[in-house]
Amino acid sequence: MTPDATGVDAVIDAVTAVFLVLGALMSLTATIGLLRFPDLMSRMHAATKPQVLGLFLLLAGIGLQMRQWWVWPVLAVAWIFQLLTVPVSAHMVGRAGYRTKHLHPELLSVDELEAVVRRAASEQEEQTEAGAPKDR
Amino acid sequence: MSRKPISLRTELPLLIWLVIVWGALWRDFSPGNLLFGALIAVVVARIFYLPPVELSGRFNVLRAIPFALVFLAKVVAASCQVIYLAVAKGPKVVNAVVEVPLRSHSDLMVTATGHVISLIPGSLVVEVDRSTSTLYIHGLDIRDEADAAKLCKEVQDTEAGLIRIMGSKAELAALEAETAPPAPPAHTKGETP
Repeated sequence: MTPDATGVDAVIDAVTAVFLVLGALMSLTATIGLLRFPDLMSRMHAATKPQVLGLFLLLAGIGLQMRQWWVWPVLAVAWIFQLLTVPVSAHMVGRAGYRTKHLHPELLSVDELEAVVRRAASEQEEQTEAGAPKDR
Repeated sequence: MSRKPISLRTELPLLIWLVIVWGALWRDFSPGNLLFGALIAVVVARIFYLPPVELSGRFNVLRAIPFALVFLAKVVAASCQVIYLAVAKGPKVVNAVVEVPLRSHSDLMVTATGHVISLIPGSLVVEVDRSTSTLYIHGLDIRDEADAAKLCKEVQDTEAGLIRIMGSKAELAALEAETAPPAPPAHTKGETP
């Protein structure tokens, strides 16, 4: 920042430093989670949540250092798009993972979707056996 | 474009959002630029025709602000929980897939609920049944039925909060009727609901 660091500058720099370090820590957490968690869906938790917070902290750090009001709308838009897209991608990956059985049933204490999927599958089988394979 | 045209009122939030994005990307919120952005927004909305988002027509700012603050706090809590679980539990973490029936049947509410709960601690949408508006949620660190019930309740509370912010009048009335049961004669003493 500017060489003549007044009190306000020092505070802003300190806050920025904290934000950047915490944001980087969030990315590190996502990595640790990816390595440590046992199955795909718990890894998706690790890949989504710390990422959103980490990006927020890093963007806030950028905003504090730029000191110009026009960066804030750009940063806000970037974060809002992140908020909108991350759950969708996590849902798509999780859904595909569940359907293709990339999970460890022994690690699930409750699974209320399994019965539904099985019922749907058996219904589909009956349909195809009955000789009316309309879709697929 | 055989579908019925969308009224300007339902399209207005989308157009305003597009203008904001335009201004943010140009880093220029001068009236001329915004006017040009509005022009482009209208053209884009006409050419790239999407099914309209069915807004309920009400938006309660007084409830939205606390909800947003709680949401931010929960995003932080979610990350802390993931840190803790990743470091402390790691491969031994026990999860669950829980079925949560939602009150609302509007696509917007189901989507908004799914988004919010995907970002708050320990939940992720695995599957959506649109016909019955049921969410199937993968919960992190759900060890037994009690935890699953807690998760289910949290999701429904989140939905209740969203309905209070921007649900339709009918949904709101249903929610009020549900949360304020005819308490006085039924319960003699003891717990608050």
